[in-house]
Amino acid sequence: MYETNYHRASSVEDAISKMGSADDAKFVSGGQTLIPTMKQRLAAPSDLIDLRHVDSMKGITIDGNQITIGAATTHAEVNASKELRAICPAICDLAGHIGDPHVRHMGTIGGSIANNDPAADYPAAMMALNAQIATNKRTIDTDDFFTGMFETALDEDEIVTAVTFPAPAKAAYSKFPNPASRYAMAGVFVAKLKNGMARVGVTGAGADGVFRHEDMEEALKGDWSSSSIADCKVDADDLLSDLHADNNYRANLVKVMAKRAVEASS
Amino acid sequence: MSEGIGARVLRKEDKRFITGNGKYTDDVTNHGQCYAAFVRSPHAHAKVKSIDKSAAEKMMGVEGVFDGHQLTGDGIGNIICGWAVASKDGSPMNMGAWSALATDTVRYVGDAVAVVIADSPANARTAAEAVMVDYEELPVVVNAGEAIKDGSPQIHPEAANNLIFDWEIGEEAATDAALAEAAYVCEMDITNNRLSPNPMEPRSAVATYDASEEHYTLYTTSQNPHVARLVLSAFYQVAPEHKLRVIAPDVGGGFGAKIYIYPEEIVCLWASMKTNKSVKWTADRTEAFLTDAHGRDHITKAKMGFDKDNNIVAFKVDTIANLGAYMSLFSSATPTYLYATLLSGQYNIANIHANVRAVYTNTTPVDAYRGAGRPEASYLIERTMETAARELGVSPADLRRQNFVTEFPHQTPVIMAYDSGDFATNQDAAMKAADYAGFEARRTEAASRGKLRGIGMSSYIEACGIAPSAAVGSLGAGVGLWESAEVRVNPVGTVEVLTGSHSHGQGHETTFAQLINDRFGLPADNVQIVHGDTDKVQFGMGTYGSRSGAVGMSAIVKALDKVEAKAKKIAAHMLEADEGDIVIENGEVKVAGTDKTLGWHEVCLGAYTAHNLPEGMEPGLKEGAFYDPANFTFPAGCYICEVEVDPDTGKTEIVQFVASDDFGTIINPMIVEGQVHGGVAQGIGQALLEEAVYDDSGQLLTGSYMDYTMPRADDVPSYVVSHETTICPGNPLGIKGCGEAGAIGSPPAVINAITDAIGNNDLSMPATPAKVWAAIQASQTKQAAE
Amino acid sequence: MASISMTVNGKTVGGEVEDRTLLVEFIRENLRLTGTHVGCDTSQCGACVVHVDGKAVKSCTTLAAQANGSEVTTIEGLANGDLHPMQQAFKDNHGLQCGFCTPGMIMAATDMVNRLGKDLDEKTIRTELEGNICRCTGYHNIVKSIQDGASKM
Repeated sequence: MYETNYHRASSVEDAISKMGSADDAKFVSGGQTLIPTMKQRLAAPSDLIDLRHVDSMKGITIDGNQITIGAATTHAEVNASKELRAICPAICDLAGHIGDPHVRHMGTIGGSIANNDPAADYPAAMMALNAQIATNKRTIDTDDFFTGMFETALDEDEIVTAVTFPAPAKAAYSKFPNPASRYAMAGVFVAKLKNGMARVGVTGAGADGVFRHEDMEEALKGDWSSSSIADCKVDADDLLSDLHADNNYRANLVKVMAKRAVEASS
Repeated sequence: MSEGIGARVLRKEDKRFITGNGKYTDDVTNHGQCYAAFVRSPHAHAKVKSIDKSAAEKMMGVEGVFDGHQLTGDGIGNIICGWAVASKDGSPMNMGAWSALATDTVRYVGDAVAVVIADSPANARTAAEAVMVDYEELPVVVNAGEAIKDGSPQIHPEAANNLIFDWEIGEEAATDAALAEAAYVCEMDITNNRLSPNPMEPRSAVATYDASEEHYTLYTTSQNPHVARLVLSAFYQVAPEHKLRVIAPDVGGGFGAKIYIYPEEIVCLWASMKTNKSVKWTADRTEAFLTDAHGRDHITKAKMGFDKDNNIVAFKVDTIANLGAYMSLFSSATPTYLYATLLSGQYNIANIHANVRAVYTNTTPVDAYRGAGRPEASYLIERTMETAARELGVSPADLRRQNFVTEFPHQTPVIMAYDSGDFATNQDAAMKAADYAGFEARRTEAASRGKLRGIGMSSYIEACGIAPSAAVGSLGAGVGLWESAEVRVNPVGTVEVLTGSHSHGQGHETTFAQLINDRFGLPADNVQIVHGDTDKVQFGMGTYGSRSGAVGMSAIVKALDKVEAKAKKIAAHMLEADEGDIVIENGEVKVAGTDKTLGWHEVCLGAYTAHNLPEGMEPGLKEGAFYDPANFTFPAGCYICEVEVDPDTGKTEIVQFVASDDFGTIINPMIVEGQVHGGVAQGIGQALLEEAVYDDSGQLLTGSYMDYTMPRADDVPSYVVSHETTICPGNPLGIKGCGEAGAIGSPPAVINAITDAIGNNDLSMPATPAKVWAAIQASQTKQAAE
Repeated sequence: MASISMTVNGKTVGGEVEDRTLLVEFIRENLRLTGTHVGCDTSQCGACVVHVDGKAVKSCTTLAAQANGSEVTTIEGLANGDLHPMQQAFKDNHGLQCGFCTPGMIMAATDMVNRLGKDLDEKTIRTELEGNICRCTGYHNIVKSIQDGASKM
C-alpha cells in the first residue's frame, strides 16, 4: 500500500469538509474492496475518510411500508434485522450471502452500491426494489444511479447516506457464485412490487454491470411464476465472458437464477 | 491409554498452533532486519536490454539494489535440476541456464531480474517499482504441444524446439504388436490440468550473515533443510556447507512446493552478506502463484488393448509434459520415473510402452506436487479403465477385478516390483461402504428431484519411499534417498529423537514419539522430536513422497535397535543377569521370569555415571542410524465417488466419497485419516475446481484466490475412510505411506462419476459448472441429432 | 502518522503508526503477536481473522487506524485459562495439520457460535466457513471440531 492519510469523519458534513481539504481523497466505509485494491497498489488515494462512525448513516428504519437503510449499515446488520426480515426477507437473505461472515461484519450497503462492482449483490436488489439512493446532495432514482461498471451518478464529493425502498409484495435473490471469488457470476433479484409492477435486477453477468431485464419484468407482471419467464430471451451478446464462464453459460444462469428466485420469492 | 503403534494419540504439537504460538519463518524477526522486494518481469519472454537502478538506490530506507550481473559476478551458480534423465537416443537432457536473477533473458512472468533491500517492506516495494528495466519482448509459447512444433518461439538455446528430453520406457514393438492383435482398443486423449500447490503459508526466508564468523543462517519454509543447505553450498556456492545453518521451523504446509530451492532464498542469503543485514522476504499470494513450482500439466494420448475375454494385453502412452520456463530441482523425475513406472496400475499388463517428451514453455516452472507423477498415471489408467468398461458394456468394478494383480511379488514391465497388496479386498471394502450395489435406486431417486446422479471408481496404486539409493542413482538421481536418525537418551531417561524428516503438518512429533513409547513404554511427553535444523540434526533428506514413515521412521527403528541393545547390556551388567533375559517395557527394565527390575531412568543414569558399565563399554546412551530402503513401497486402494449434477447450472455436488486404502502398518490412525482427508480434498480440487491458466501472451490469469479456485468447506463432503492392511515386507515397521494417496486416487473417481451422471465422457479437469453444463448441452444436442 | 490506542487481549496498547498500517501488521509487527497469519492478499483465506469489538473481521483488510478505540481479541487472547473449548476441540478432533490457518479458523468458529448458537449442523458450518481456507485437512475434522467445540462453549 502506498502512503495515505486516514481521517475518521464524525458527520456527513465533516466528511465533506475533509474531502474538500484533501488532495485526492476517497471515502472508505467497510473498506472490504478498497483496502485490498490499495494493498495491491491499484489505488492510491492521498487520504481516506472513514464513514463508518457517522451515526446518522447507520441503522434501519421502517416507516409503514417504507424501508430506509443507512449507508453505513453493515451486511451483517441487514442480515440480522428481524424488523426488516418481517417485511422484506429477500434483502436480509441477500446480505447474508455477500462475501463471508467476516467481510459482512465490515462491509456496508453504501460502500457496495457506491463502488458498483459488476459482480456485487446489492445493486441488483436496488434495481429490482426501485430504490431511491439518498446522498448528501439529492435523491437519485436507482435507474439513474448505476451508470456502468464501477460507475455511478455520484459526484466526487457526494456520499450515499441511505437507500430507501418500499417493501415489496414478494421478492427473492438467487445467486450463482463464481467458484473462486464467490462473487456473483449471475445474480438475479426479482421483486413483485405492491403497485403491481415487477422488476428484475441482474448482477454479475452484464458486460456493462448491473441491469434490469425488461422482458422478464413484463412477463412477471402478468403472471408471477417461473413458467412465465421460460420463453424470455437473455441476450448473450450483452453478457460477460471470462475465464470462469462464457456469455452463453451466463445467459443460461441468468434465466435459471431468475426462475429460482421467482419460485423462492415470498 | 496406549501411546504405542496403532494408537490414536492426540498430537503433541497442537498446543502451540491452537494458541498462536507456532513459530513460522515470517514470525522470525532479527534486530535491524531489512526486507527484500523483487523486481519481476511483467513479460513472459523478453530480452533484458538494461536495468537502471539509480533512482531506486537513492530512495528512502534502501540498503542496496542488486541485479543478476552482480550475482553471477560474485560466483553464485545457476539453479539446476538434480535428476538427470537422458533421451531414448542416449543424449543427455537439454537443460537451459537458470540464474536466480535473470541477466539477459526473462522466460516467464515473475522471473526475477533484481532485488531491493530496504528497511521496511513498503519502502522495498516502492523502490522496486522505481527500478527501470528496459525489455525487448520476444514471442511467447505457453502450451507444451505447441512449444515442440517447428517454428515455435525458442526459449533456451540449449533445447532445440524446446525439447528437454524424449524419453521412453517399456517395449514399444511388443506393445504395438499386442495392440494390433487386441480384440478391443480403448483410446484416450487426456489432459492433466496445471495446478498451483498453495500451501497456506507463503514461502518465506530470513537470511542473516554474521561477518565475525563468516557464517550464514537461513530460516526458510523448506520440507528438506539439509538438501537446501547442500544445494545452496555445493551447487550455488552461496556459502560453504559448514558455514551455513538452515532452519525450517514450523512450516505451514508444503505439498511439494517447498522441496525446491528457489531464487529468493539464494538471493536473500547473498544479499545479507552484501548489505551485512538480516534480510527477510515473504511472498505475497500473487508472488506464490507466480513463483511456487506448479504441478502436473500433461497432454497424453493412450491406447489400452483388451483380448476377447476383456483381459488387458497392452498399454501404450504418449505424453508431453510441460516443465515451464526452467528445470526445477526434481522436474525431470516427475513425468518419467514417478509417472511411467506406475502405468501398470493395479493390473496385470504384459506389454507397456510410454514415451514422454518434456518441454520448455514460457510459464512458471513445474515440479512435483502432492503425488508427483502418480496422480497423472492413476488418472490416465483409471479414466481408461472406466471408459473401457462402458464401451465394452461390462461393470467397471468387474473389469478392474478380473485384471487385478493377485500374486506378489509382481514384476511390471515398467521397473516396479510390487511387493504386497490385496486389491480385491480393498475394492470389496469400498463397494460395501459405498453401497455400490444400491446405486441405481439412488440414481432413480435423484432423477425424481431433477438431479443427474453418477458413480465413479478408481483403483489406484502408487510408489513411495523412493529407493534404494543405488537404484535411483542409476536412474539419474543426484542424491541418495535414505534417511537418518539419532536417538539421544538423557541421563534422566527422557529421549530426544533427531530426524532428517521434516514435519510441516504431518504430525511427526506425535507419531515418531509413539515408536519410542512402543519400544520402551515411555510416555510421549517424555520424548522430544528434533527436526528441521542443520545445526542440530547431522543430515537428512527431508519429507516428500510419503517417505517419512517408510524411510524416516525406519531409520529411527534402526537407531532404537542399537539403543535397546546397549541398554540391555548395561542392565544385564547392573542386574547381574544374562543380556538375553532383559525385557524393557512400561518404562521398566526387567529380568524375565524374576522380580529383578530397574527403572528405565536408572539404566540411563547408569550409562552416564559410567560407574558400573560392562568392561570396555563407552559411557552414554546415544545411537545414530542411516536407513536405505530395499525397495519402493506400494500403497494402493479403491476410491468410489458419487455425485449429483444440477443439469440447469452444471454444478456438481459430491454426495459421497469412500476411500479404502492399504497403507501397510499404521502408527496413528487419526493422523493417517487426516492425511487421506486432505489428499482427497486436493484431488477433488484438481477434478472440480483448480487450474492455473495462462493467456496466449503468458500472463497468469489465475494469480489470486479471486480466480484460482481453492476447495472450500462447502465444496467437499465428509469422507468415509477405512483401511485394509497388508504389511509392507520392505521395511522394519511394514509401513507403505499415506501422504499422497488421497490426491492420487481421487481425481479419476470424481470425473468417472460426473461423466457417468451426465452421459458424456468428453470432460476435462477441472469439471467446472460451466464445463459440465456445456458437456450436458453437447450430449443433449447429440442425442437430439440421433 | 496515526496515533492509535486500542485494547488487545485485555491490555491497552497504542503508539504511532503509519496510517497505511494494516491491523494485522500492527498485531504481528508492533505487538509481536504472531499467531495471526497472512495467507493471501485478496481477503479470502481468513488466516488473519481476529475479533474487533466482539465480531470476526479480517485483520488484513482493516487498517489499524480503523480499529482505533476498539477491543481486539487475537488467538493469543482467546482462552480464559489454559485452552478455550474451541481450541481444545480442534486438538481433540485433529482439526489441524500444519496449523497455519488454525488461528483464523478458531476465531471464525467462536464468532460462528456467538452469532448462531451452540447447535451447529454440518451444512451450516461448511457454509459459514466460506471465508476460511485450509489446504491440509480437507475440512472434515475442522467441521467436527467446530461442532464439538460449539457444544462445549
